[in-house]
Formats: sequence, structure tokens, C-alpha cells
Amino acid sequence: MSTVKIDSQGLAHAAHYDNHEHEYQTGKQGVWLFLATEVLMFGGLFVGYAIFHHLFPEIFAVGSKFTNWKYGTANTVVLLTSSLTMALGIHFIQVGKQKAAFWNLIVTILCGAIFMGIKYIEYSHKIHLGLMPGSWFTGNPDILAQEIGMSADAIPANLPLYFSFYYMMTGLHGFHVLIGMGAIAWVTWRLKRGDFSTQHYTAVEGVGLFWHLIDLIWIYLFPLLYLV
Amino acid sequence: MWWLPAAVARDTFMPPAATEIASKVDDIYAFLLWGSLLSFIILIGGMIYFVWKYKRQTGSDKTAYITHNHTAEFLWSFIPFVVFMFAFAWGWIVYHEMRSFPDNALEVHVIGKKWDWRFLYKNGKEITTTFDSANKAQAPTMVVPLGRAVKLIMSSEKMNPKGDDPTDRPVLHSFFIPAFRVKQDVVPGRYTAIWFQADKLGEYQVFCTEFCGAQHYAMQAKVRVVSVADFEAWLSSEGNADLSLVDKGRALYASKACIGCHTLDGVRGVGPSFKGLFGKEEAMDDGKKIMVDENYLRESILDPQKTIVATYSKPSPMPPFAGQLSDDDLSAIIEFIKTVK
Amino acid sequence: MAHSNSPKSIYKILFALPVVVGILAVVKLMHPAVAIVIAVLAVILAVLDLILLKTDTSKHDYLHAGAGLYSWLSTLDHKRIGILYFVTVMIFFLVGGIFAMLIRTELFSVGATIMTAEQYSRAMTYHGAVMVFMVIIPGIPAFLGNFFLPLQIGAKDVAFPRLNLLSWYCLLAGSAVAFSSLLYGGADTGWTFYTPYSVQLRPAVVLMISGAFIIGFSSILTGLNFVATTHKLRAPGMTMNRIPLFVWALYSTALLQVLATPVLAITLALLAMENIFQIGFFDPALGGDPVLFQHFFWFYSHPAVYIMILPAFGVVSELIAAFSRKTIFGYTAIAYSSVAIAAVSFFVWGHHMFVSGQSEIAGVVFSALTMLVGVPTAIKLFNWLATLYKSSINLASPMLFAMGFMFLFTIGGVTGIFLATTALDVHFHDTYFVVAHFHYVMVGGTLMAIVGGIYYWFPKMFNKMIHEGLGQISFFFIFVGFNVTFFPQFVLGAMGMPRRYFDYLPEYQHLNRVSSLGSYMIGFGFVVALIAVIEALRSNRLAGPNPWGAKTLEWTIQSPPIHDNFEKTPIVTAGPYEYR
Repeated sequence: MSTVKIDSQGLAHAAHYDNHEHEYQTGKQGVWLFLATEVLMFGGLFVGYAIFHHLFPEIFAVGSKFTNWKYGTANTVVLLTSSLTMALGIHFIQVGKQKAAFWNLIVTILCGAIFMGIKYIEYSHKIHLGLMPGSWFTGNPDILAQEIGMSADAIPANLPLYFSFYYMMTGLHGFHVLIGMGAIAWVTWRLKRGDFSTQHYTAVEGVGLFWHLIDLIWIYLFPLLYLV
Repeated sequence: MWWLPAAVARDTFMPPAATEIASKVDDIYAFLLWGSLLSFIILIGGMIYFVWKYKRQTGSDKTAYITHNHTAEFLWSFIPFVVFMFAFAWGWIVYHEMRSFPDNALEVHVIGKKWDWRFLYKNGKEITTTFDSANKAQAPTMVVPLGRAVKLIMSSEKMNPKGDDPTDRPVLHSFFIPAFRVKQDVVPGRYTAIWFQADKLGEYQVFCTEFCGAQHYAMQAKVRVVSVADFEAWLSSEGNADLSLVDKGRALYASKACIGCHTLDGVRGVGPSFKGLFGKEEAMDDGKKIMVDENYLRESILDPQKTIVATYSKPSPMPPFAGQLSDDDLSAIIEFIKTVK
Repeated sequence: MAHSNSPKSIYKILFALPVVVGILAVVKLMHPAVAIVIAVLAVILAVLDLILLKTDTSKHDYLHAGAGLYSWLSTLDHKRIGILYFVTVMIFFLVGGIFAMLIRTELFSVGATIMTAEQYSRAMTYHGAVMVFMVIIPGIPAFLGNFFLPLQIGAKDVAFPRLNLLSWYCLLAGSAVAFSSLLYGGADTGWTFYTPYSVQLRPAVVLMISGAFIIGFSSILTGLNFVATTHKLRAPGMTMNRIPLFVWALYSTALLQVLATPVLAITLALLAMENIFQIGFFDPALGGDPVLFQHFFWFYSHPAVYIMILPAFGVVSELIAAFSRKTIFGYTAIAYSSVAIAAVSFFVWGHHMFVSGQSEIAGVVFSALTMLVGVPTAIKLFNWLATLYKSSINLASPMLFAMGFMFLFTIGGVTGIFLATTALDVHFHDTYFVVAHFHYVMVGGTLMAIVGGIYYWFPKMFNKMIHEGLGQISFFFIFVGFNVTFFPQFVLGAMGMPRRYFDYLPEYQHLNRVSSLGSYMIGFGFVVALIAVIEALRSNRLAGPNPWGAKTLEWTIQSPPIHDNFEKTPIVTAGPYEYR
């Protein structure tokens, strides 16, 4: 069904919908359903985290010492800012200020890039120390102990398991940030092309919801991995 | 009168029951078999009758307009519910019996690996796959005494326990004796257990029932039930009993320097004395109470930091023995600890 | 059969391709696995192209709304996407069926007969994975559901047509990735991928897992689409208590697909990571827990069992109402029992694990909850039975399949109670009893409903009637053959024969032979069904808009439907089964 119709308000909509509002509401429900699947997918990881945290609290206590709360906090601020600019972007489209909306979306993408940059710094530091997941872990207990100011025998044998969680959770999240950046770039391009108006901004709102979810997941990841 | 047909065919299709629990399982089986037959007759008999009775006569037949009937609907919801709950409760009772281990059972260690079973008795007697004159594999035969509870403590090991090939990992198996109606998965990294008390002499088939690779089907064994006298004679006569499990454990106790921290006379050292340790309930540092059993001992030897008794220092000064003891060594030490009373 | 306006047809080349790659594989110029992947894709495209031969743009229906292979591969019409799934699923069914025949042939006699133990464990894995992920899960929702959900609720299309097409491509891509595992020696873990056996760092297993992962997205997208469609696109007056029971079933299924499949996705992702990085979640050597995988896996895969059977309930409700020409008994009970089954199914996963080493109390709780699923299932069976009372039954071939469904599903259902009873399950777990049970539910249930549904709706899809004689012959062979194949397996299971066995004790041979012979009967029955479909496509038996005198909305429009489904949006004023 690719044909397009014009409804009584002069808005274009796909022919299998009654009018633009119908299409908008349906699209929004679709996005919410999609977000539900995302939550459940991350939910699986969070359940795994809870089980292993219960079994081996010590590896999470020691492991989180290798994360830098300053980087984590910086990234939290960056993502929160990006959520704000994303919301502002939608707001400015709604009130017809397309130029302001455009720049807000650009800032959102930049925030995503900064987030990934900081993640890159964190990852490379850990990889340098040999803090890899599972059997790829090559960290030397003595050097590691020095790094966090503890004695070498306080480094638990199954510490690699913490990093399995660290990389799985932040990796999957980072992957979503990249997808989100791509999606925002796409709506920004469509905005520039003039696809959106004060009444038609379904795609931007959908992408915005997705971006807020990514932000929300980070809000949970940050304390679980950095602050425990 | 439902018991009449049930009594006739209590174990339809099932192998002859060789334990008391197996007979109890067969009772539930018979109940469900006849219940199923009855509900099948009602549903499918009714269906066939209606199809015959209400066959379409003309192209313009009128039919009754019936949308619901509360009585009928209540009955066919409530009666199945009651029957199902009855089956559930009965199943639970027998299941509970299967999972309640008698205290004075004869314990045999069962080790599964790709693709055979190995049985280890406390006196060190080991039963493995043998080969006949034509080099054909003969399934290992575990011998157990008649009328005495036997507990199997089961673990899984790598194909080559000494090797370090990363693709060679211990995998799941499952130990299944159809005639005893018992089955339990064998899980890498921990002990699982089942028990049975055979009340019929004979030789019974053992299968592996958890897929473990191409030769899964060939992972078979036998259980031979013999009289108590024959069992004692068998246990002490044939085979390669070089060192009993307990003796091997005692030797490891000395050679691995456990002796430095763990006494045998009840005096508290750096670590707990082994005297009376097994079966004791201890309060852990996280406030939980744990009964000292095979799995707790195994965990504490391999990874001493994991769960520490509240009254001992944390972190524990004991080195982890993961990777330094084979599964058999572990079983030997645990069996040794169990004897220190 | 006009050929006008049709681009040059390439189906002959496409049909020749499997022969060519087959020869290349035989003379060892091509890896047999590559040949299989190419052959499967070529046959899918060839069958599609054959349908194109009928393209005649002077007619006004969805089949003729566009011409050429490209118009099919880029279509956004839910009906055409349904047909794409029809072809795809049929071909995968053929592939899975061939594996089944190989397995049964091997088991015909004691000892190795036609294959090695290594090949057997692969045949069993591909049979399971293909049938579950590529046939039964997409079978009813993505094929019949795609075609008829919008028609039954008076909509012009599904809510998100592009996602709909994307999910078909996900199925194709995922299947290609899964089959490509054959290049690396083939996966041999069984479709359940139990750890630690599945984490022995073998690329074939990783590819199989990745394939299932991608197919999972196909399932999620279809589910999401159907939920939104059911919520938002119903015609005026089509309230939730007027939607046909097939829609209720699809709706419950779609909820399960949306809520359960993401957990499978993350589980399979973890499993793949475990193979690539040995992250250790499921590895006892690194502190992980192999049994945790089973919890994660069954948390998805038990609801997935209902993803497979609920749509079949929907089809059977439609068939029984239409062919007994009577309003369905207990509409609300059937509708809500679907939702109830869907809801409870999230809390019963542990009944797959009574002997896995989970605690006794967990086993007991899961047993009790599982018993609860039996109640709504019994309600459905009794409601169908009550619908037959004082009705006017036309025992045409679709109805034969519905009656066959009731027969087989009753057996599948009551044996489920055996397995839900903890003490009994200890004996039956992982024996042929379980194999027989789930085949009675999945094949005796779902596949019977698929064939019945195809026969029932074929006139609507193509405006051609299935030859009644062929329909009845196919029913006879499938139904009788099914019982001959699988009933002996209950007995084998009770005797103690474990599943996934390449070879067995001599005393099991007799029943295994009966079972294998039955499987050839089923195979023959499905070949007859395929012939019936092809014969009907080529016949001139025009069906007209409503050959069965059914009442749901799809029968009020022309056959085959026009591109937009309805000339004018219907206004609904009554329930779906008003046979007064």
C-alpha cells in the first residue's frame, strides 16, 4: 500500500489509514511496542546481572573499581543533554521553527558522538590493562591490584565475568546509540528536505522516543556498572 | 470401579517396575491413562456422534443459535481443573519421595563424560567400559545390593581431564534407569544426585538422556541388583581397588597441605576442623544458613572466597584449588571429610 | 493463463539452477551446502515466477495489480506478502520434511543404515530448527494471518506494510545464515542449543544461532504489526467482541511474539558471544551456570510453543463455525482462553527442567502452573464440541482437517498432563514420549490446521476450488500416517527409549519400523496436498466470493480480493458468526 491520500485537513497519509491523525496514532503505538521489545531484550541482561550479582557480589565490587565514575558521569550528562535537545527539536518543529529544530537535532547527534568518544577512551584503557571478557581476559593480578590500590589476592579469580557483563551491556547500549545517531541523522536530513511541518512530524517523534529509551537504559547501566 | 482396569494394566508399555517408587509412579500413570481414555471418549466420541447425527441435509439447513450455557461451561472448566490439581498433588507427593534422600544410603559416585559412564565406589573400586576379545565395548555395570537405598552422586568431566583443549568441555548428561523410573541431569561444575532402592534382582538398562554429541546413543550402562551377601563379596573381591576413595582423600589431605589449617580433632585452626563438619549447618557471612554438603565442600575447595562461614576472616587465606584437583581428587577429599566424625 | 504484459519469464532458468548446482556438487566443484542454499533460493524464486505467469493486468485483483518478479519482491500488499510466505514456508517445510524422512529411514533398523551418528545429529538438528523457526512459527501468522487478518477486520492493509515486507526478508536472510552453517560442517546441538554442548567454539553453531536470531526479528516485526493492526485498523463497528476468533488467536500470538522473542534474541546473542569471546555466563569453568541458559531459553521457547499452537486454535474455530453453519459456542470463552493461555505461558518454562537440577519447590510450582494451562485448553475443546451440537455439518476436506485436529490435539493435550505431573515426567523426560507428545501438538495440531486453513481459504486467495477428492485423499494419508508414526512413539517412550538416539536396543525395532512406515504415509499425504494445490491453481473450477457460505468479512468481497481489499470500507453491525 504505497499510494498516498490527502485527508480533510490537507495532510498526506498512506491510503490504508483514514486520515493523518490515524496514521500518526498507529505509528506511535508501533514505536511504543518496539520500545517494549527493547526493554525486554535489555531486561534479559538485567536479569542475568541480578543473578550473577547475587552469586558473586565481590566481582562486581572489585570490577566496578576499574570503571571511572568521572567518565560515567560525564556520559550521563552528555546523554541527558542530548535528550533535552531531542525534545527541543521536536518542540521547535511543532511550533514551526525548523531552523532551531535543525540545530537541536545536530547537537543531539554530536552528543551521541561525544558519548561514543568517551566510551572509546574507557574501552581502550580497559583493553590496555587486559580487562577483556571471559577467557580473553589477560589482566595481570599484580598490575590490576596496583591500579585500584588493593592487594593482589583480593582480585577474584572470576573477575572476567564482570567484564563480560560490562562489555555486553555497554556494547549493546553503544550499538543502540550508533543506531539512534543514524536515525536522528536520517530525520535531520528529511527535515532539511522539508518533509515535516507543524502538523506532521511522526518520524521525528518516533526517533525521539527511541533516543529517550537509550538514555533511560544508560541511567540504569551507570549505577549498576560504575557505582555498585 | 475405575481401579479394576487400572489394576489390570497398571504399567501398560512401561518396563517392569523394580523399585517401590517405580510402582507408585505407575499408579499415577494408570490413573492418567484411564482418565485420558475417558476424556478422549467423551470428546472424540461426542465429535464423531455429532458429525454423524448433524450431517448437513440440504443447502439451506437452519441451525440452533446457542451462544453459551453457564452450567455446561462451569462443569467443563471445573472438573478438568480438579482432575489436573489431583494429578499435580499426587505427582508432587511421589516426586517429593524421589527427592528425599535416605540417611544411610550406600553412596556411589557416577562420572559422565563424552561418551561413557564411570562408577566409583568408596573403597576405590572403579567400574569403567571394558572391551571384549573382539574389541567391542561392553557397557560398564554398576552392582548394587538388593533392598538397600543407593545414592548416586553424579558429576560431569571433560573427555580428556588432563588436557587443556578449550573446545573440550564437560557437557550435560542425564542418568536414566527406566526400570527404577528415576532420571537426573548430570551438570558440569556441580554434583547432582538421585537415589533408589531396588527390590527385584536383575540387570537393568541405563541410558544417557541429555543430548551430548554424536555418540550420545552409545552412552549406556547397566545396573545389576544382587543380594547383599553377593554385593559384599563382589565389592571386596574383583577389580582394581588400589586405594579407597577415603584413603586417597586422606593422602591428598596431607599432600595438598590441607593439614596446615584444618585439623581432624575438632580444634579450630585457621580454617574449620573437618571433625563433624559434614552435615553441619553453618551461618554464612551474608546471613544465610547453609548445610555443609557435597556441593558446598566442592565450592569451598575450588573457590574458597565465595561463601564463607561468618566466624572466619574474610577474605579467606585459603588458595583456590580450581584447576589443581581433578574431579576424582575432589570426590576423594570430600569422601574423606565425610568420614571424619 | 494470459501471458500478456508479463516480462520475460525466468522460471525455467531458476528451476534448472538446482539441477546445475546439484551436478556441480556431485562432481565436487561446489560445496554441497552452497548448492543447498542456492537450490532453495532458486526454487523460491521459480515458484514466485510461476505465479507471475498468470499476470494479466486487465483483471482487477491483487494478483494482477503489478507484473514481474520485482513487483512481488518489492510488494507492500499484505496479501502478496502472505503469498510470499506461503511459498517460502512450503519450501522450508519440504526441506524439514526431507530431514524427517532421513531420520525415520535411519531409525528403520537397528544399527547404522544410511548415515553416520554425526550426520544423524545434524539431520535431527536441522529438522527441528527448520520446522520450528522457519515453518511452524511463521506458518500460520505470517502466511494465513498476513493474508486474512486485515480482511477479517475490514482493513485495507496491516498497519506497517514496509515492516511487513522487511520481516519476510528477515526470514529469508536468517534462513540463509542458518543454512550457511552447513558450510562449516553443520550444527549438531539440537534446536534447543543447550549449553555447554553448544559453546564448544564451533562456527557452524554460531551461524545457526545467528540465523535463529535474525528470524526472531522477523517474528517480532510480524507480531508488532499485528498488535497495532488489531488495535487501530478495525473497520467502523468492528469492536473487539466482534472480531473473528482467528483474529483473537493471532492477536494473542502477536502479544507473545512481541513480549517473548526479545528474550530469545538476547539469549542467542549471549550464546553467540559465549562461543566467540567465551564470556562465561553459561560456563562453569568461569563461574557461569549452564542451567541458566535453559531458564533463559525456555522463558522464550515455552511461550513460543503457544506462538505455534494458538493460531491453529483460531483457524479451527473458523473452520468449525463455517462448516457446521452455526454460531460458535462460547465466543468470549474461546477468545479469552487464548489470552489466558498466552499469559500463563510465561510462567511455566520450568516444566522443561524437572530433572535439570532445579530445586524441588521450583519444579512443584512450575508443575502446578502448567496444570493451569490445561484448563483453558480443555475449555476450547469442549466449546468446539458444543458448537457441533445441533449444527449442520458439511464434512468437506477443510472440515476433515478440523476434526482431525480435534482428534490429534486431544491426544496431544492429555499426554501433556502426563508430562506436567512431576513424578511421571521424571520417567518420560527426554524420551520418545515427549517426542510423540509435541508432534501430536505441533504437527497434529498446527500442521493439520495449516492444511485445513489452506484448503478453506484457497478459494479466496486464488478464486479456485481445491479438488475435493484430492483433499480427502491427502487428509486420509496425513491423518492415518500421523497416528501410525507417532502413536508407537508414546509406547517407545514409556518403554524408556530416549530421544535423539541414532541407534536403539533391538527390542525397540518393531515399533520403530511401524513408526517409519507411518512417516512415509505422512510424506505421501503432503505430496498429495501439494498436488491438490497445484492442480487447483491450474484448474478452471472458479470459486466465487463465498463458496462455503461463511459469514466473516473476507467472504463478502470478490475472489481474489482487489488490491485495496474492500471497494468501500465495510460498516460492521454484528458478530462474526451470525448463522440464524
